[in-house]
Amino acid sequence: MGRVFVAGAGFTKVAEHWDKSLEQLMAEAAVKAIDGAGISSVNSIYVGNALSEFLQEQSNLGAIIAEESGLVGAPAFRVEAAEASGAAALYAGFCEVASGMADAVLVVGGEKLSDGLAEEVSSGLMMGGRAWYEGFIGAEFYSLNALLYKLYARRFGDEGIPMFPVISHEHADGVSHAQYPFKLSLEKVLSSPFLAEPLRRLEVSGIGDGAAAVILVGEDLAAKLKSPKAQLYVSAATDYLSPFEREDPLRFQSVALAVSQVLDRAGVDRGEISFIELHDATSIMAALCLESSGFSPPGNAGKLAMKGEFELSGSLPCNTFGGLKARGHPLGATAIYQVAESYLQLAERAGRNQLDSPRAGLALSIGGVGAEAYASLLKRA
Amino acid sequence: MRVPSYWRRMPFLYRLSGWRCDHCGAFHYSKPIVCRRCRSRRFSEAELPRSGKLIAYTVVRSPPREFSEFSPYAIGLIELDDGTRILSQLTDFQEDELREGMRVEAVFRRVRVNGEQGIIEYGYKFRPALRGG
Repeated sequence: MGRVFVAGAGFTKVAEHWDKSLEQLMAEAAVKAIDGAGISSVNSIYVGNALSEFLQEQSNLGAIIAEESGLVGAPAFRVEAAEASGAAALYAGFCEVASGMADAVLVVGGEKLSDGLAEEVSSGLMMGGRAWYEGFIGAEFYSLNALLYKLYARRFGDEGIPMFPVISHEHADGVSHAQYPFKLSLEKVLSSPFLAEPLRRLEVSGIGDGAAAVILVGEDLAAKLKSPKAQLYVSAATDYLSPFEREDPLRFQSVALAVSQVLDRAGVDRGEISFIELHDATSIMAALCLESSGFSPPGNAGKLAMKGEFELSGSLPCNTFGGLKARGHPLGATAIYQVAESYLQLAERAGRNQLDSPRAGLALSIGGVGAEAYASLLKRA
Repeated sequence: MRVPSYWRRMPFLYRLSGWRCDHCGAFHYSKPIVCRRCRSRRFSEAELPRSGKLIAYTVVRSPPREFSEFSPYAIGLIELDDGTRILSQLTDFQEDELREGMRVEAVFRRVRVNGEQGIIEYGYKFRPALRGG
């Protein structure tokens, strides 16, 4: 298998982009990534998006993005895996470069949630569960998270879980591409109303639009390009769709498998990971992400969060630009934001959020409530 | 849900009727090709018990579009008397009546009205057991 490098990244601000369409946002990110890498064409295009049929009444995004990005002629594929669609597109693009079939691919993720009402976005998220089971009874995404939260609190206590949004906002403060670039106090999180008890409104990500793109290249092309490079490794796994069908609903086995495999593939130990971009769609998912991936003992993620371990100055910085909660979570774009931000960290281009000489970063993306997980690891080239 | 899809699910949604794996006992809501747990290919029709206990519940306060008219509504995780876990809406309870660990039983209820087609969809919900289960 050939080595694969990220050689360019681009993204839009996550916001409610009333004046821009989904394809405009994606083309904007794609062109920035292409320019950043200093290339003029790609062999193929992978598009991550979750809900365009539902919110834009638009399918066939591959060809549309090829056209809008000025790349007509290149084969283009839309890849879908619920909230992890961007990571799934990255995985597919990685495989094409690693196989040697392509020298350069464009991976672009995008989502435009503001085309729908909040209750429509909720319906869209619910489609990640089974339509005739969770969907039929209205057991939407946050209610499933709330049930996990209750089971977690009963087994371990919930100390520190509401710190995850506080940490993400701390890191997003002043970040120009973040949807919510400001601090948030723990008191505010705790006094926000319940969305589905015990899950509070300020413990979940918001609704926004955004697109992010990366250019993946093989070893030969990487050697010729002047842009910064980071080596990429990917892994993924699935689990039973409903967390309550699993042996232990509080362990995301998909995350556990994907993370141990990607560490293996990269030849990196957990201790060598400089930072993690977590899938903090909810506070409880952030905790389960860390615990399932072996970066925190079960029941301890909240306590470690309270101690400051996941802050930029901590032992394992998480969500270095604000994560899903504060940078924003435009579903199909989210994992590409994570990878683009990791690339900026490794290229020492993270500005005020720059970590001290990071060697390797891990981005975790989850579809549904752990139905699938993608682990993308970037290592200094 | 489209009408044919709803029609296919009626045995489960109306009677909690599905298929049990002959080898490992896993319950499947519709007839599988292979068992999701043990990959066996032999199944028998089975109905789930209609009572159990409430393991955990929450209240959906910002519902998806299809459920706006029911807002707020409660979702429970229930362990049925044979150990099968099932998610269900909870109904027929007084404010503050819900307790984790309480006995609950299945009832047949209107679940929602399907969008533009206006089809009234029925199915199971669970309520606090009337005689302590």
